[in-house]
Amino acid sequence: MGENASEWPRCGPACCAGWRASLLSAAFAAQLTLAPMASGQQQAPSGPIPAAPTGKVQQMAIVLARELRDLPPPLSLLDFPPQDDGVAGARLAINDNNTTGRFLGQEFTLEVVQSGAVPELISEVIKRVDAGAAFVVADTSAETVLALADALKGRDALIINAGSSDDRLREKECRPNVVHTAPSRAMLADGLAQYLVWKQWRRWFLVRGTGRDDEAFAEALRRAAKRFGGKIVEERAFKVESGSRRADGGHEQIQQQIPTFTQNAPAHDVLLVADEGGQFGEYFPYRTWDARPVAGTQGLVPTSWHPALEQWGATQFQNRFRRLANRPMRPLDYDVWVAVRSIGEAATRAKSMTPKALIAYLKSADFDLAAFKGRKLTYRPWNGQLRQPILVATAKLPVTVSPQPGFLHQFSELDTLGIDRPETECRAYSP
Amino acid sequence: MDGEVAVGKWTSGTATGLALAAWLTAAAPGGAYTVFVTNEKDNTVTIIDSTKLEVVRTVKVGQRPRGIILSKDHKWLLICASDDNNVQVFDARTMEYVKTLPSGPDPELFVLHPSGNPLYIANEDDNLVTVVDIETDKVLAEIPVGVEPEGMGISPDGKLLVNTSETTNMAHFIDTATYTTIANVLVDSRPRVAEFTADGAQVWVSAEIGGTVTVIDPKTRKILGKVEFQIPGVNQDAIQPVGVKITRDGKRAFVALGPANRVAVIDTATFKVERYLLVGQRVWQLAFTPDERLLFTTNGTSNDVSVIDVEKLRVVRSIKAGRYPWGVVVAPF
Repeated sequence: MGENASEWPRCGPACCAGWRASLLSAAFAAQLTLAPMASGQQQAPSGPIPAAPTGKVQQMAIVLARELRDLPPPLSLLDFPPQDDGVAGARLAINDNNTTGRFLGQEFTLEVVQSGAVPELISEVIKRVDAGAAFVVADTSAETVLALADALKGRDALIINAGSSDDRLREKECRPNVVHTAPSRAMLADGLAQYLVWKQWRRWFLVRGTGRDDEAFAEALRRAAKRFGGKIVEERAFKVESGSRRADGGHEQIQQQIPTFTQNAPAHDVLLVADEGGQFGEYFPYRTWDARPVAGTQGLVPTSWHPALEQWGATQFQNRFRRLANRPMRPLDYDVWVAVRSIGEAATRAKSMTPKALIAYLKSADFDLAAFKGRKLTYRPWNGQLRQPILVATAKLPVTVSPQPGFLHQFSELDTLGIDRPETECRAYSP
Repeated sequence: MDGEVAVGKWTSGTATGLALAAWLTAAAPGGAYTVFVTNEKDNTVTIIDSTKLEVVRTVKVGQRPRGIILSKDHKWLLICASDDNNVQVFDARTMEYVKTLPSGPDPELFVLHPSGNPLYIANEDDNLVTVVDIETDKVLAEIPVGVEPEGMGISPDGKLLVNTSETTNMAHFIDTATYTTIANVLVDSRPRVAEFTADGAQVWVSAEIGGTVTVIDPKTRKILGKVEFQIPGVNQDAIQPVGVKITRDGKRAFVALGPANRVAVIDTATFKVERYLLVGQRVWQLAFTPDERLLFTTNGTSNDVSVIDVEKLRVVRSIKAGRYPWGVVVAPF
């Protein structure tokens, strides 16, 4: 390992927005030892635990499966993901689960399995499931989530997808043994679109990359425009010229290229970029022909988490994370934390550590999780997607939280974000 | 003096305006009290005269003031200065700074032993309850509890301390003689406040995200009942119980419902809600006047304090406070 970009784990659309300079140091730190680790006790105060239940402590391993993907480096040095992206979120959740668990005689351990080779990753996960692990938190590509789901079919195991925002996993390709803490692209696009409409910025100029993920995010934006009354007045594809990302003196050409590219567009209120790989979107703010704000995968971004969120008790949560990981919390950390905490919460409420009981509770209507978003988070019964508010943020601060005022829903306003029950194409959840 | 006088205007409904007029004309004699409100974002305390229902003074205090209580002899005002990681003591009559107590990191809520000493503090950032002697300023004990301890209630006899932990979702029952946890009772998500009835027979625990209040028998630690809330036209998600106050006769409980912008009035015999009173936005903490004629609420988002006539169950006034009013206590002078 080392500074080789091919070893950075994938960064979702939301985390490419350039969070913090301090990420850099984490990124270049020596590789972490990611052998299976014992349950963390960093948080728990030392000393005897009073009133611990008598009898045996029940243990359960939670597997975090990481697919190390070969991705191009981000444009900004600030956007290199730290090597423990997501893993640190899992460790914090294990600590939180075990602080509660020590009152109930429940203990969780974390086993991180990572590989660039998918068959190897899957066989390592299966080994652990067969040894009794009931939950696999996945930070992998969409294809690997499906491969894992199919490989674990018939076993008492649930996959919690924390790494892929692909709507296919929730819809046409949904699997009954997968739930999702990562927000879907549709949820992210809807969260952003509601704010733009609330601002009365209804005319959108969409610039999309040429990758499949870029097209998928662009499609989510088109869908959001229809739902909420936005209008895409122009759409252009931006082709990334591959080459060195930091050629000496690169800014002169970009300063010419982006205005030219965005010239002669119809009147618009905002320019939207769909660049999930983070290969050009950061070039757009302050360089467009018309003086318009930039939003989408860069600029103003929709995201599940922001390292500067302080509402709803999040300050303490951010502090806890920083003490553990020596860096700010990123969206992937949060999505993984929610996954691992969901398991702990199910164990607390079901008062059980048996796989069947935990999985049943987590998927039941009784489940809810407090997760620093100001309201309870629950899983949608039609496709297993976690309902959650979507933050809309710049690199430094959250700007707003969707759903926006006025976007009403018959059952839950959170269901104005993403694929709602009447629209779902997922059949695996409703046999 | 850095007093900022500001009389609030009530804007959320004509019914309340009428109630205000009615109340003002009927303003009965009663004690003149002093109401202290911490403003989380301003680093100030707003001081309100309970007779005039006007702000008489605004005082700078430490950073991010939240929990606020009076010493038993009412001489001292104690404030959790969360971002200063300490408890600040002021002379309650003059607001002169007296001293700083050690508190452990990020103190949020605290409670005094009924004898007046020691002080039990929830350290939200450190999974601890810290016990401090307020005379000698010494830390007497640190008690490990769940993740993000917050609510603190103490039995009238001072023998039993109840702490809630927001992420562990438990009420921890702590023996104050031994500083050991004797029981942990699971409640709904994100428990915020624990409040004993005056006779010590019940402890009420609010769950902000769970949207309920659990009533527990402190002797058996059995759950006696659960208060649930439903407000027509208000999304269930917005009903987030935080502050709980129970009248001395034990007949009525008042629960602040956060972003539902209402205080629920509960019949303690049935655990059923009798009425919802519309107050300011994101209502969190509550405090009675010593004669229990008035109840003050802190409304974080609307930056004001609502005043409830306890007998008539009407909101009679809204008073502008600082930014993000958080805690409230009323002194008998």
